[in-house]
Amino acid sequence: MGFRISHYHQITKSPKHAWLAAVLCVASLLACQPAPEDGRKPAPKAGQATLYYFTWSDYVGPELLEEFERQTGAKVVVDTFSSNEELLAKLQSGASGYDVIVPSDFMVAVMMKQGLLAELDPAKIPNAQQLVGALATLPVDPEHRFSVPYLWGTVGIGYDSSVIPTPPDSWAVLWDKRYEGKISMLNDQREVFGAVLRLMGQSMNSRDPAVIEAAKARLLEQKPLVKTYTSDHFDQLLASGEVVLAHGWGGPVARAMALKPSIKYIVPKEGATIWADCLVIPRTSRNKELAMQFINYLMDRDVAARTSERLLFASASRGAMALVAAGVQNNPAVYPDEAALGHLEWMLDVGDALRSYDRGWTELKMK
Amino acid sequence: MTGSSGLRTDARRTAWLLAPALAWMGLFFVLPLMVVFLISFATRSAYGGVEWAFTPANYRDLADPLYLRIYLRSCVMALATTGVCLVLGFPLAYHMARAPARWQGIWLVLVLIPFWTNFLVRTYAWMNLLRADGLLNTALIGAGVMRAPVEILYSDLAVLIGLVYGYLPFMVLPLYAAIERLDRSLLEAARDLYAPGWAVFTRVIVPLTKPGIIAGCLLVFIPSLGAYITPDLLGGARSMMIGNFIQHEYLVVRDWPLGSAASFVLMAIVVAGLWGYQRAGGVRA
Repeated sequence: MGFRISHYHQITKSPKHAWLAAVLCVASLLACQPAPEDGRKPAPKAGQATLYYFTWSDYVGPELLEEFERQTGAKVVVDTFSSNEELLAKLQSGASGYDVIVPSDFMVAVMMKQGLLAELDPAKIPNAQQLVGALATLPVDPEHRFSVPYLWGTVGIGYDSSVIPTPPDSWAVLWDKRYEGKISMLNDQREVFGAVLRLMGQSMNSRDPAVIEAAKARLLEQKPLVKTYTSDHFDQLLASGEVVLAHGWGGPVARAMALKPSIKYIVPKEGATIWADCLVIPRTSRNKELAMQFINYLMDRDVAARTSERLLFASASRGAMALVAAGVQNNPAVYPDEAALGHLEWMLDVGDALRSYDRGWTELKMK
Repeated sequence: MTGSSGLRTDARRTAWLLAPALAWMGLFFVLPLMVVFLISFATRSAYGGVEWAFTPANYRDLADPLYLRIYLRSCVMALATTGVCLVLGFPLAYHMARAPARWQGIWLVLVLIPFWTNFLVRTYAWMNLLRADGLLNTALIGAGVMRAPVEILYSDLAVLIGLVYGYLPFMVLPLYAAIERLDRSLLEAARDLYAPGWAVFTRVIVPLTKPGIIAGCLLVFIPSLGAYITPDLLGGARSMMIGNFIQHEYLVVRDWPLGSAASFVLMAIVVAGLWGYQRAGGVRA
């Protein structure tokens, strides 16, 4: 098309321009390529045992990996993904070669159902025996046959206490007209519906079309107050003051607190989602022994405590609790308190009702 | 080459030269497209797998007014983007093509420089420009133009700005190529025949650069129709375009069949538009 003609034209006219145009062309093409995955390490030497770890970006301290490499003589190669969906899509499309991956609880269920995971040998992962109470039985995999909960947390509300002096205690604050245009919600249909379902006194896993329809009506009511639906940068919005109420995971809110001390976090009294990212081994792993050794290492109380402090997510290891700094341990955005623990709910598969959620979500976006 | 053997060698050489590109396109474009086409007639299994059922149900579902509104909205946004790009791009391309040769190179570099950075990064940069305490508002308030910041980010206007920004080079480059080939003596002839400036533009420049205008419009319209990063980030995901809908169906709902059907309807819209245009006698050059 015109693109090529223009460069051809340049060539016939002035060789200097042709050269420039060619360089520009190549440069533009290169710029269109996706950037190489961060954290990927150089290829290992032949003969050395290698563990391929596929995890969330910025989800592991490099010094912890080096320690594991020193202990075992194995090499750890890290690759990162940015959503559970991306992880599943890669695994489904036959991407093999990963030894340990970190799906969230609901995605563990999907992967189990699709037969993508390898069964674990509990004897090889002794550190996974000592889990905190809330995670000892995970509904999707109660006996931990396929998964070991690693980091966990809640989905609540981060707010700026310098603007909202009386601490809110209910999801209803996200419907408060005083904060119009200063509210962000997750860009996640199940979580957004979850918030309103809990407010309505329902389960976030409701399959009743009438209930879902009523929830949608409440969300449509709320939409004019919502500045943006985002799962990626609500912590920055909160820290910069662009929103004063953010529906989201505790970890990022805890990080925003470091930037702006007036930021606080609550788990609403109606209850909230509890989630856990789990360590699992794909069926296609070629090094399951080393993979279990690695899982056991990440669940070591000392390693787990350091991870928890660094990432500001709660560790599933009961032993780590004693080692985590008090400031982190007492932060409700990281470790929910006893009262909150009582009414947390896991997000479960809703079967065909997903269509109702999906339709409601699309309607919400198109109104 | 006159002999029949010469023709045959010629045909054979053509075949060999075309083979790599055809094989590439067949393997990595046509074949996957066929797979997507087949999936669009399947159904979603309980856990988001694909069940081979061969039903037109997905296409029937898409006829829902809710989904039609997504298509309509996308078409309107893409048309608006194309229009603004044309209005902004034409004078720029004209200026570039008429500049001295040395300057033309510099202008080309300036138009292409944004491509050196990842589109996602540039979109994040726009978020910083448009936000309430962003550069644009701060500058306008500082200059005394306005008192309170205008909220541009997370609106359709922000999406439009982002799309125009992203696709403007695709409009400028073909226009530049077309205008550069324009024979200057024809413009002089028009002037000599007492054509006023406007008439020179509409009756000489536009008809002669029509292939460039069409190429530019297509290169802007088609990708902006399927945009999804821009509506998500600059629009604050408060609304959807087809790209967002397809991504949502594929990844979040894991309904590949419906997502595939939506992709094919999108392609059908583009192909129908091109075909209608060609029938009207459009693409000659």
